Amino acid sequence: MAGLVLLLVVVAMALSADLLYPRDPLALAGRPLQWPGANERFPLGTDNSGRDIAAQIFHGARVSLLIGVVATSIAIGIGVVIGALAGYHGGWVDDVLMRVTEAFQTLPNFLLLLVFVAVFGSDIITVTVAIGAVSWPAPARLTRAEFLSLRNREFVQACRTLGMGDARIIFREILPNALPPIIVYASVVMAVAILLESALAFLRLSDPNVASWGNLIGLGRDVLRAQWYVSAIPGVAILVTVLAVSLVGQGLNDALNPRLRGR
Amino acid sequence: MRVLALAGRRLASSLPTLLLILVGVFLLLQLAPGDTVDALLAQTGGGADARTAAELRAFYGLDLSVPAQLGNYLWRLVRLDLGFSAIYGKPVATVILERLPATLLLMTAALSFAFFVGLVLGVLAARRVNGWPDTLISTLGLVFYATPSFWFGLMAIVLFAVHLQWLPAGGFEDISAGHTGLARALDIARHLVLPTLTLGLIFLAIYLRIMRASMLEVLNLDFVRTARAKGLDETRVVVRHVLRNALLPMVTLIGLQAGTMLGGSVVVESVFSLPGLGRLAYESVVQRDLNTLLGIVFVSALLVILVNFLVDLVYARLDPRIGAGR
Repeated sequence: MAGLVLLLVVVAMALSADLLYPRDPLALAGRPLQWPGANERFPLGTDNSGRDIAAQIFHGARVSLLIGVVATSIAIGIGVVIGALAGYHGGWVDDVLMRVTEAFQTLPNFLLLLVFVAVFGSDIITVTVAIGAVSWPAPARLTRAEFLSLRNREFVQACRTLGMGDARIIFREILPNALPPIIVYASVVMAVAILLESALAFLRLSDPNVASWGNLIGLGRDVLRAQWYVSAIPGVAILVTVLAVSLVGQGLNDALNPRLRGR
Repeated sequence: MRVLALAGRRLASSLPTLLLILVGVFLLLQLAPGDTVDALLAQTGGGADARTAAELRAFYGLDLSVPAQLGNYLWRLVRLDLGFSAIYGKPVATVILERLPATLLLMTAALSFAFFVGLVLGVLAARRVNGWPDTLISTLGLVFYATPSFWFGLMAIVLFAVHLQWLPAGGFEDISAGHTGLARALDIARHLVLPTLTLGLIFLAIYLRIMRASMLEVLNLDFVRTARAKGLDETRVVVRHVLRNALLPMVTLIGLQAGTMLGGSVVVESVFSLPGLGRLAYESVVQRDLNTLLGIVFVSALLVILVNFLVDLVYARLDPRIGAGR
């Protein structure tokens, strides 16, 4: 419940960003480094380039949620297809696909993300796709496990007897049964995706032309000793968003697995 | 012996994975704009004519076809030659070996911290399930999990290094102080306190959650009821019977998280300016030193495989059924 409320607050911030702060959040707004509360025009203060921190927080909610949702969809999409094919077909298909999955899991995902950024550059679309592309192995394993346990059930055998094609059995018949744990896991993927992007932005390897929370923390690092609020405020925003996503995931888990409730 | 053979077989089966990673990342890096020679020329201030560039390419073997370059690279790798870093002007292997100790130290410290504190907190939470300690510990776990590590690091610097001045804000050791022996070890330890906490925090959250769930599961098993029925007191039941079995998922997690931890050290080493492998990875991306980046990918994958090998050994020790299974 608390998670849902928090998530709705963040979503509301993202939706109202253009209404409340119609100006470009990265444009000069006032004297740099005003503390929060010092000037009533800037309730959260200004950063070292004189940009409104509150505006960046609101617009940053948009960036973080968008990256989270898109990267998660990509990761779950790839993961489900690979896991489903491996689990359903077994044999050499399974061997090959799991070998590839293992290769992705052996390589630290942040390192692979750095390689992607080094190769393809760091505009926001590339970063989002790259985060999706390094996050699919775990959902793939989960999907495969579900498919392994489902593929010989009676209803699947019935479908085969009816002469259904593999694609239809996989996506129309088995997948809906395998979906609940995957949906729960999507919340974990999304939380990690938001954290990955903010870490990348903090290292100044993400898109500098976007009002991202991680960018702001990286910027605030230059004035950390005296004006620590520049880094502190966006960090709280990330914390709250990731916490909200995790809590919603936990709630979904409780709703979809009633047996585990109360643990 | 049998356990060693089993783990050895696992190790051998990870060789194709390693090869797949190397070939994949090598081909990926071919797509990168600019090569080593471009980076080198840019660093020396450019101004080189096309002939010099071509000569340099021939020197580094960059004028060959991609498959030939790949073949060369793999063949050199077999002889443990990771190539030459044009940026650092040293062999990549030397550069990496210089940076490896700091990262290994940081990872070991963070892992131990996360593992043991997570274990204790997980046990405490499971002992009083749904009571206030459990609620408190579980909430803390959720918050820690959601905290971006680099941000936690920055805030720790503000509090402990700037305001309280208890601990240094960054670096690996105080070179100007010229410590030796034990004094130097203590100095390094002081420098590593904040990075360890920062890197360990997210893993602490994961470990305590897994430990709690695993304890709850084992506490319901028949042999625990038997142990209680024998009249053992609760502490003995937990320490002697439950803990060992509940530890299995925790140990598995070390293997699974080894890669994530290496990735996390990139960020943490940048925050605390530690001269480690992660920072080297970051620098080689910024400076387009692709040879070094590929070397780091290789060493990281090797590290993860090694950690998993060790985990297999520990695993078999904790649960004799695994070693005897085959």
